[in-house]
Amino acid sequence: MGGIILDIVLLFFLVVCALAAVRMRDLLSATVVLGAYSLIMAVIWTVLNAVDVAFTEASVGAGITSVLLLATLSRTRRGEAGFEDAPRRRVVTGFRPGNLVLLLVAVFTFATLVYGSTDLPDFGDPEAPIHTHVAPRYIESAYKETGVINLVTAVLASYRGYDTLGEATVIFTAGLAVIVLLRRTRE
Amino acid sequence: MFTAAALVVAFAAVLVLYRAIKGPRVYDRLLAVNVIGTKTVVLLALIGFMYERPYFLDVALVYALINFIATIAFLKYRELGRLD
Repeated sequence: MGGIILDIVLLFFLVVCALAAVRMRDLLSATVVLGAYSLIMAVIWTVLNAVDVAFTEASVGAGITSVLLLATLSRTRRGEAGFEDAPRRRVVTGFRPGNLVLLLVAVFTFATLVYGSTDLPDFGDPEAPIHTHVAPRYIESAYKETGVINLVTAVLASYRGYDTLGEATVIFTAGLAVIVLLRRTRE
Repeated sequence: MFTAAALVVAFAAVLVLYRAIKGPRVYDRLLAVNVIGTKTVVLLALIGFMYERPYFLDVALVYALINFIATIAFLKYRELGRLD
């Protein structure tokens, strides 16, 4: 019971953070609020027993992403369009019929997704298809076939080796692009 | 008991969130996020004992170690106007 209340409090925190970050015209403040978002997101990963994902979220989401966003802000401007002119004025947009259509599309998509998720197996159900399809085969033969003790490492680095190579290529390219963009230029 | 403590700490983090969103100056928001980070460290340790997985203390320790990186970057940006 207490765990459910804790989950609700944490998820409420996430929603409030996300809405606030979207509504803010000052991008520096939005970056700060996104840092809080990542901190709580990592707590939720920990509650879900995904400790390694929580590590990644804490270091990448709360640490590196904030620094990269700040570096971007230092190269561009601090606010959205209109921030410097009227930082205190709240932007009020009138009612447009097009917005109603967009709202209907969004609500319809949301309802479809919720309807589709009612068929899903329970969280952590051992009889779920994902646990009975290929997982037993990996558990039985991964060590024999690859010689790697850690099962996750065996799947990532051996069974899906080419996939991981592609991911590493993407990350390498992204890192290279960041270095090229943020490099200190000599006059 | 750990559940009650975790709930109280999470509620305190929500209270600090008000300052992070409302705070008129960037420094208010920055301090608020720093406090939320500290609360998160305690919350992680409590969650570890709550679900009887005390090795979550490692995550809390890593949190405490990297909590200040973003703060230092923010303050450097505010003081110098750039990061490099």
